[in-house]
Amino acid sequence: MGMAMAEVLERAGCEVEFREAQTCCGQPAFNSGYRQEAREVARHFLNVFEGAEYIVVPSGSCASMIAHHYGELMADHRETRVWEFSQFLTDVLRVEDAGARLDATVTYHDSCHALREMKIKSGPRRLLEKVRGLKLVEMDAAEECCGFGGTFSIKFPDVSGAIARTKIESIVRTGAEAVVSIDSSCLMQIGGALARAGSKIRAMHLAEVLASR
Amino acid sequence: MSARENIGAALGDPKLQLAIYSATARLGDARKQSVAEGALPDYQELRQYAHEIKKHTLDHLDFYLEQLERNVLSRGGQVIWANDAREACEFVTTLARERGAKLVVKSKSMTSEEIHLNDRLEAERIEAVETDLGEYIIQLAHQKPYHIIAPALHKTREQVAEVLNAPADSTPEELTKKARAALREKFLAAGIGITGANFLIADSGAIVLVENEGNARLSSSAPGIHIAIAGIEKIIPRAQDLAVFLKLLARSATGQALSVYTSFLAGPRREAEPDGPEEFYLVLLDNGRTRVLADREKRQSLYCIRCGACLNACPVYRKIGGYSYPWVYSGPIGKILTPQFLGIEHDPWLPFASSLCGACGEVCPVKIELPKILLELRSEIVRKHKEPGERRAWRIFSWVMRRPKTFARLGKMGRFAARKMPGVTKTVGPMKAWLSQRDLPPMPEKSFRELWKERK
Repeated sequence: MGMAMAEVLERAGCEVEFREAQTCCGQPAFNSGYRQEAREVARHFLNVFEGAEYIVVPSGSCASMIAHHYGELMADHRETRVWEFSQFLTDVLRVEDAGARLDATVTYHDSCHALREMKIKSGPRRLLEKVRGLKLVEMDAAEECCGFGGTFSIKFPDVSGAIARTKIESIVRTGAEAVVSIDSSCLMQIGGALARAGSKIRAMHLAEVLASR
Repeated sequence: MSARENIGAALGDPKLQLAIYSATARLGDARKQSVAEGALPDYQELRQYAHEIKKHTLDHLDFYLEQLERNVLSRGGQVIWANDAREACEFVTTLARERGAKLVVKSKSMTSEEIHLNDRLEAERIEAVETDLGEYIIQLAHQKPYHIIAPALHKTREQVAEVLNAPADSTPEELTKKARAALREKFLAAGIGITGANFLIADSGAIVLVENEGNARLSSSAPGIHIAIAGIEKIIPRAQDLAVFLKLLARSATGQALSVYTSFLAGPRREAEPDGPEEFYLVLLDNGRTRVLADREKRQSLYCIRCGACLNACPVYRKIGGYSYPWVYSGPIGKILTPQFLGIEHDPWLPFASSLCGACGEVCPVKIELPKILLELRSEIVRKHKEPGERRAWRIFSWVMRRPKTFARLGKMGRFAARKMPGVTKTVGPMKAWLSQRDLPPMPEKSFRELWKERK
């Protein structure tokens, strides 16, 4: 997925740099209530990305953590360089046709933090609609959570799993061959539940779709 | 069975699962349509306005409460300040004893559920009858409300028929008729009517009741004594502020533009008036509210107007149902009120039982930042309620995440273990929990880091 994102960005004319020292944004600790630990990791993140022009993140959830919650951890911090991948394409590069081709019927899952904190709703859909050979179908529960929720998925596995099964019922009803999202964690949850249910539906990151030719 | 144990019971009951999911979907869809751009174009502005009114009122609560008291008194009513549930219940039971009232009719009130008034009345051998249909059903079934606005949401038609002693194939109309006939008698015989209050209007001393069945209007007017029990946060400054809240409340709750009955009640019956109670008492309940008020960040929890929209939107409530929450308030709002009212040590797991999807905050008509408050509570809980093992794990997390080389090496080991020794990884705690519900994606041999290096 990371390679796919780099490829799409380069194709769109960007120079992509990968800083080796990067690790995590700290969200898992923050969401678990461990703010001191989250702050330490956030400081590491900011050190690593010092001087970067744009920071493009293949996850709406991580992007939201950095853009919205770093300010809660570090009072004087305001982060404006961070963009979620699809948002960077549509809002910064003004790209809607990434030049991709994928012969498949797909449905799009709105990741919660991308949708509600980053207000990303139509951008990924517009990008998908421009993919040659691709047919986008809407599921009835597109905006319903997949049930991942970070540590929630292992603290309350039965609840998390039940939510995931409701989600995949909605995906299956569309008849799509793949479900697309902009968050790897949702994809791990949805893909894992689909696999457990014996479904052939693939869970794909938007970057993987846009890198297909 | 504890609330947490109820989770498994709810998940394992397919009939109940369907009942919760379809009822919340119906309420949620109706809400969505009623606040859509075409139906209520200024919805977002109204939410912001409602938030600001509540904020202003609670920031100046002392002023408005005193104004309210003066105005209730000037209209011939009485105001009772109750510090806690015990004081509130005691006022009711004492008054009932003094007036010789043996029967009390009640309209649906979460506040009276909060103080367990029915139990206290029963202990004093005073018959209390719930007159809201849903509430009546669960009272007969000896249960607590399953949902803030739909107390019997979990009951099927057959189950309701059983509770009401009606034939199993009764239609909803027949069931309602049967309950109505039984309740009519009670309204006429009751010495005291008890209601809650959706809003308390400071500058007029009036209370506002919002309902669909007319039972609150009857409870507040048929008996000779009307007692309204309300939390101190229910106050709004002026009657004109209702224009904002009434547009939001019924829409958020059931998708109605306005509920069937909206009653404005100010004091007992006056001379020229044909009906109404002879005595009116307003019980203003604290019961932990001033403690919540003291916290500037989380004070907004008190803005809640009890519409239930967050329950219908919550993926967790829609799975675990109303009895998996330890207190009377369930769903996302219950998740933030319970620890603040009862203390975070009460059920420290509760604020963690959320995927943080944010759907609750999105539908809240008064824009309570529920996800933010959940995060605040989590942080408070881990500070005060230390779990050494977990703390150590997060210390290690932070240590590793600041050491990129270690991070990369551990990633490599993890991928190797997952590919070559799947049996071993399955036994690790979090992995075991994960695999109990879903598969893991196949692990790639090489990390992005390695692939990136090779490409260069």
